Order: sequence, then C-alpha cells, then structure tokens
Amino acid sequence: MSGLLEVSGLSTQYVGARGTRVTRAVDDVSFTIEAGRTLGIVGESGSGKTTLALTLMRLLPPAARIAAGSVRFDGEELLSKSESQMRAIRGKRMAMILQDPMASLNPLFTVGDQIAETLRAHEATPRRTAWARARGLLAAVNIAAPERRVGEYPHELSGGMRQRVVGAIAISCGPRLLIADEPTTSLDVTIQAQYLKLLGDIQREHGLAMIFITHNLGIVARMCDQVAVMYAGRLVEAGPVRTIFNEPAHPYTRALIESIPRFGDATERLTAIEGQPPDPSALPPGCAFHPRCPLVVDRCRVEAPPESRVTAQHRTRCWMAAPAPADVLKG
Amino acid sequence: MTPLLEARGLTKHFAVGRGLLGRGSGVVRAVDDIRFAIEPGRTLGVVGESGCGKTTTAKLVLRLEKPTAGQILFENEDVAGLEGAGLRKYRKSVQAVFQDPFASLNPRMRVDAIIAEPLITHERLDAPAVAARVAGLLDVVGLPARSRDLFPHEFSGGQRQRIAIARALALSPRLVVLDEPVSALDVSIRAQILNLLRDLQRELGLAYLFIAHDLAAVAHMSHVIAVMYLGRIVEIGDAAQVATAPQHPYTQALFAAALPAHPDERREEVVLAGEVPSPLNPPAGCRFHPRCPKVMANCSQHEPKLKLAGGREVACHLY
Repeated sequence: MSGLLEVSGLSTQYVGARGTRVTRAVDDVSFTIEAGRTLGIVGESGSGKTTLALTLMRLLPPAARIAAGSVRFDGEELLSKSESQMRAIRGKRMAMILQDPMASLNPLFTVGDQIAETLRAHEATPRRTAWARARGLLAAVNIAAPERRVGEYPHELSGGMRQRVVGAIAISCGPRLLIADEPTTSLDVTIQAQYLKLLGDIQREHGLAMIFITHNLGIVARMCDQVAVMYAGRLVEAGPVRTIFNEPAHPYTRALIESIPRFGDATERLTAIEGQPPDPSALPPGCAFHPRCPLVVDRCRVEAPPESRVTAQHRTRCWMAAPAPADVLKG
Repeated sequence: MTPLLEARGLTKHFAVGRGLLGRGSGVVRAVDDIRFAIEPGRTLGVVGESGCGKTTTAKLVLRLEKPTAGQILFENEDVAGLEGAGLRKYRKSVQAVFQDPFASLNPRMRVDAIIAEPLITHERLDAPAVAARVAGLLDVVGLPARSRDLFPHEFSGGQRQRIAIARALALSPRLVVLDEPVSALDVSIRAQILNLLRDLQRELGLAYLFIAHDLAAVAHMSHVIAVMYLGRIVEIGDAAQVATAPQHPYTQALFAAALPAHPDERREEVVLAGEVPSPLNPPAGCRFHPRCPKVMANCSQHEPKLKLAGGREVACHLY
C-alpha cells in the first residue's frame, strides 16, 4: 500500500552567513504515513524535528535549503512545486498546528475573520457563507456559544479555546494531513486531555492522517500508531508504537523510555541518560549518540551506522542492533 | 515527627482593578485558608493547574509575599514576625530553584561568583574558604571544577540547573523550594536532575517543596502530595496513595488526564468539561462543582472541609 505522504532521503541544511558553516538539521530521513493514520516524531530540542515539519510544509526560513530527498504527498512531488502551487496545497490539503496559539492567531482580527480567511482564500467562499461555516467549525471543536465566540478577539479566549480555534482553522478546508508541532505544550493537564481527545475525534470523523511532532513520549503513547525517533537530525528508530515501547532497538530510544517516571513505580532512581544532546552545528563523528551511549564500541566513534531492519516494519540505525533473520524481513 | 515548616490557615488575597477611579475592584483569592506541613528530609509535592495557587504558596514560603491571613511556622517560629538576624537565618535555611535556568542566573557573573554570592552575603569567610566551598558545591552537583571560570551561556540547560542547585545549597539550607525545576529541560536531562535532587536529599537531609505540573515526576519525588484547585487544597496525603488511588473527583480527573507511559496503559477516561474558572470570582460552595462529574445538590451551597477519607484528607461531600 502506498502512503499518503512518502518521505525519502530527505536532508535539510542551514547555511551560515558566509556559506561556510553547514548545519545538517535533517539528515537522510525517510518515512511513510498512510491515510488516516498517526505518526509521532519524537526528539529533543535541536534534534531537527521542527525543521523536518517545516520542510514538509515548505515553510523553511531563507537560511535553510533542502539538500536532497523527495516528499511525495498524494502521489505528487512537493519539492518541485512552485511557491504558488504550494500555497494552494498548504492550509487546504495539508495543515499545521503550532505550539503557541497566541502566536498563530492575529490579535487584531476576530476569530471568525481568521477562520473565514482560510475558506475565502482556498475556496473563494463568499464572506457570509464563510462566517456561517466558521460558526460551524467552532461548534465542531467544542467551543460553547459559537455564535458569540465567532465575533470575539483571541485575547478574549482562554489558552485552551485559542488552541481549539487554531484547530478549527486547520481543519476548515478538509485537509488530508495535519501536522501538529507540540500542540499541547502550553496547555494545562486537563485541557491537554480535552484537546487530544478532540484531535482524535476529528481524525476519526474526517479520516485525517496526523503527524505529532513532540518531545513527549506520553503523547505518542496516547495518540500514535507509528513512531519515529530523531536524534541529531537523523531518524535513529522507527516502527509501530507498541514495538518501539516494548522492544526498542536503539539505546537512545530505550533510555528515553526508561527515563520517564511512572506511577506506582517506587524505584529510587530513574535511568538517566548521561551527557547532553549535541550541538547540531558541531556533531560528533560517527554515530552522533556515541558519547552518551552505554553500548558504545570503537566502530561507533568513526562510522555512522546505516539504517537496518529489525523486522519488516521496524528500522533503526545502530551498530549494536541485532540484524534480523532473512525470513523476518520477507514477512 | 515535628514538622520543619508548617502552614496554618495560610491565605493570600491580591487586590485587582483598583486603578481607574477606584471602581471595579475585586480580590483574587490566590491561596485561601490552606494548611500543610513539611517534615525534615521529606518532600511535599504540590500539583494543580494554572491559577490554583501553587506558585503563590511557594512565594509565601520564601517570604517573597506576606500572607493576608494565617501563619507559616518554621521550627515553630512564625516567619512573618522575623526580622534582622532571625530573618537572615530563615533566608539561609530556605532556598529556591526556579523553572528557567536561563532567567535565574546572571549572565554577567562567572559561575564561581554566582555560587559564592550567598556565602559572601551571609557568612564571613575569607577568599580561600569561599573558593573551597565553591569547589565542593560544584563537585556535589556533578559539574567539572573548571566550570567555575565560565559564564552561564557556556552551559546547557541541564548544567545551568545544576549551577542553580549549587547556589541554593551554598548556605546548607534545611528546605529547598523547587518550582518546576525540570520542565524547561530536555527530556533526556530531566532524569539526571531528578536523580541529583533525590541523592542530595538523602545525603544532606534536605526537605523539598516540589511544585510541578508533571504529575508522574511529582509522584516520583514526593512523600506527601497536596492537590490544589482555585486556591484550596482539595486532597492531601501519602504520595503513593494520592497518585494511585485518588479520592477527590478533581484529583481523579487530574491523574486520569496525565499522559500514559506506555501505549497499553489505559486509564479510566474522566474528561472534565470546561476550564478552571477565574479565581477572581470562584464558584459558590465547592469551587470544583461546576466541572465535577459527581456533583450533588449540596455541592453548590456548602463548601466541603478537609476530612479523613481513605487514609488521607479530602475536601469533598462524597466522603
């Protein structure tokens, strides 16, 4: 089955002012997401997860360039699209939700204007109809009294409601793919639970594919079918969510899962990962995780591990991952 | 055991809106008649959502705010009445580590000056003694000795938080207020800092007031957990009991909303309707009743008091 979004060998770099210093923010990343499914992309700050999302949306800042790879969405190559072609796709067929709703909403326009703007831009909907649809969309994201809220400004809404408005804008044109970059980081716990439930409901109703970009493995555990773990610009492990949680193949993934405190677990000490994430502009040679890795061998220090398959659906980049027997790969 | 610090009827109200023509004034009941105790060498965790009063509680304990009513007793002495030498002693005994180590360290000071500052302010030590103490503190928090000559910007977030911890420990405090100490840090760094805090507690006999919105981290670190909602403590008791068998409907909803650690972990789904009301105008009766899934007729009229239920104290008419 071919995917809705097929990313292969994607590399994005930031180039320094004099063109000499190149930061490989995203390095040879490949994954596929099928229609209606949810992929979690997990990583820490500097892992390249946000650059990856911006690359998929073709929203990179001028200092960045896509060095290699392909992004096929619904069978079309996005990297060869012109800016105006991309503009017709963005917000219409693929949409994005960012972390801070106050920064994604314009404080000078009402909520209704901002939802209607998307509809009018993409579907040339008349103003009156667009406002009526805006009210319907506010109701769809469970905002009480949408008739009143539609005429309010973002500052009149709470943080949770603002993020719902951002969600309403994102789904307004019926996208096939929704990319959510840390969508609940600024929300309180119970509001986060409401919002995640809402996103899940919307996804089921409209058959959306979703990509969650997050540092929080809990969101992945709660929401995702597939997970991809990024470290220093590379996908170090990817596979079905249960496989990754039960049998992580990469030492970084394993350590991340073990470092989270759990309820009812009375152990004194958490499993900590020593050291700190590397500076993306000065990555260590070989495998970028080797200075922090408990399993490090000499080879890791000089040669970056290629991608290998643990099972047909489970990939990793680690010299120490056991190679899969041939019969597993066929299945 | 006699508590190290005890809050009795602790209340903090903030006046708001007294600007234009003195109209539209009101009172935010940030912290409203709460009581808790922290025993030596133990951790009290405080959880709750924005506006529940947990940071105001921390500020009251640090004497950065004066209570509107009620008392904070430190070793049986009322903190509000302290001045001069007594206040200096309290400030030495109670230190703090804040959320953002980028904001809490002066970028123009070298690490040794940052850590030595409380020593110079509070203790008459000569330069070699200060240098020796700084070296010892860097070692305790796991930073290399050469860190002393560097500036904060030369460190990562986790290392900066270690510097902030070293500074807090400089005066050998009895109690450290930890206000979201790991939420600004990368995931792979959080466990390092939580482990360090646990080790320091065991080695130095420190008591902690641990404030965080990460419920699993609070449950991991705390001996006692207090759950706050709109300025009130709604449940307080043994950390493991509160976290694994919460009694108050709000605590139940809060812990049910916490994200799972594993995809197969399915909690009972209690999705609360609505959001936390404004503390300017809290609901009558039980402050949680408009969102409570188990609301009864009584709840909107009478505010429940804390009483014993299931081995801890709960403020709910169900018990």
